[in-house]
Amino acid sequence: MKSGSSLELQNIRKDFGGFEVLKGIDLTFKKGEFVAIVGKSGCGKSTLLRLAAGLDEPTDGKVLVDGELLNGLNRSSRTMFQDGRLFPWKKILKNVGVGLKGDWKPKAMELLEQVGLADRAYEWPSVLSGGQRQRVALARALVNEPDILLLDEPLGALDALTRIEMQRLIEELWRKRDFTALLVTHDVEEAVTLADRVILIEEGKVVMNKEINLPRPRKKDNILYSSLAGQILNRVMQVEDQVEKKAIHA
Amino acid sequence: MKKKLNKFNKFPFITWLVPVFLLVAWQLLSLWGILSDQILPAPTEVLKAGIALLKTGELIGYIGISAQRAFIGFLIGGIIGFVLGMLNGLSSIAETLFDTSLQMLRNIPHLALIPLVILWFGIEEEAKIFLVALGVLFPIYLNTFHGVKSVDKGLIEAAKVYGLSGFSLFWNVILPAAFPSILVGIRFSLGIMWVTLIVAETISANSGIGYMAMNAREFMRMDIVVLSILLYALLGKISDVFAKVIEKRCLKWHPSYQ
Ligand SMILES: Nc1ncnc2c1ncn2[C@@H]1O[C@H](COP(=O)(O)OP(=O)(O)OP(=O)(O)O)[C@@H](O)[C@H]1O
Ligand SMILES: [Mg+2]
Repeated sequence: MKSGSSLELQNIRKDFGGFEVLKGIDLTFKKGEFVAIVGKSGCGKSTLLRLAAGLDEPTDGKVLVDGELLNGLNRSSRTMFQDGRLFPWKKILKNVGVGLKGDWKPKAMELLEQVGLADRAYEWPSVLSGGQRQRVALARALVNEPDILLLDEPLGALDALTRIEMQRLIEELWRKRDFTALLVTHDVEEAVTLADRVILIEEGKVVMNKEINLPRPRKKDNILYSSLAGQILNRVMQVEDQVEKKAIHA
Repeated sequence: MKKKLNKFNKFPFITWLVPVFLLVAWQLLSLWGILSDQILPAPTEVLKAGIALLKTGELIGYIGISAQRAFIGFLIGGIIGFVLGMLNGLSSIAETLFDTSLQMLRNIPHLALIPLVILWFGIEEEAKIFLVALGVLFPIYLNTFHGVKSVDKGLIEAAKVYGLSGFSLFWNVILPAAFPSILVGIRFSLGIMWVTLIVAETISANSGIGYMAMNAREFMRMDIVVLSILLYALLGKISDVFAKVIEKRCLKWHPSYQ
């Protein structure tokens, strides 16, 4: 793992028309670190990721990339979206190579090989399955050799088996290529499987920041694994219980 | 539905069965004298008239001038409609400036302008080209505008993340995304193009297919009148086939064309 921070969020706040979604977030992501962000639906995970990508600006606070204040798009990051967002009018290889300059084909092909879809290079995205489309999206995100990979529930729409396969692929590529990864997920187990650190966001604040010191690749039948996953899940649910109680008493 | 149609593609003559039958029936009715040639001359008569006009070179000249008017008018109107559609679709300033005015103009039937156009241009070429361009402009404008407006915002965002902006964003994302809608506009306006030309040439021209028909009417040449009508039908069909070919080639990626 390299040293130094690749991304820093300093006291980030984000308003949408008076509605405060993020209420002061301070986070530092080390170079080459894999961080998972979990939290209930609507807590602001996607918003946080969009701020890191430079697709949106914080209402208050700073986003620092390699120590420099982010202004506009974060060019050292690439985002992989939940719905893939492949361009349906471009063949798969061209989708992977989009935005590349010069002799891009061999590079794009190499990435397609790494995600196991080299033989589909000259087909239209519409003929692929959901899991295959996400693999193309992953290849497209990585072909640019980004320092930071932002993943917004990239596996949310996939079935359980394909998910596990994709998790392995992401981990393998992350170890090979050594980028910083920010993974937003609903799935606590997914977070514990992949991340060095799991961050829980609740009501616009970071309420948990937990190191996961398990050897990789992680196995679900490992006792430490299941106890960690259980702890985090309880922490997420606990608050839901409190909210429910409040609602009942009100 | 598509599969079923494909089954008949093995027998292309089937699509021609009905037209051929009608043609034979028409010929027989004329032969037997049931259909007077004051009402409708026999197909063979029409063919003869066509061959005669072909020999004098008039026919080719008239088809050429009509096709030329159609093409130039379509090109001018199409380009203006396309540019305005893109402009208003991409820039909200342009939209607030122009869209309302264009929507108002659109509601004037362009053929209602014929008297005005004749006063402006007489029966010169500009009159016909102006009318065709005007008729073609609005369907292409509307469909281009709509196409650009409904481009998936997520795809545009993804394109920006992957480093596309300015012209490359337009060329790689906005244009292909809007293209199915633009093609609908093109096919629609091809129909309008011919209708406009027929009307304009019939009312005021000294060359072209419409002129040929009106001229023939004065000399009671029913065969040439019918020939003109068939020529318009043929030209309309050709332009539709042309549009379909473009559609097939450019929308290969679209699931409904696979
Ligand atoms: N552009 C926007 N305008 C107004 N409100 C927004 C906008 N984007 C997000 N929000 C609001 O901010 C809150 C957080 O949204 P966000 O998409 O970040 O949630 P999330 O944690 O990613 O949820 P999920 O897990 O369901 O994807 C939501 O209440 C949402 O309605
Ligand atoms: Mg989200």
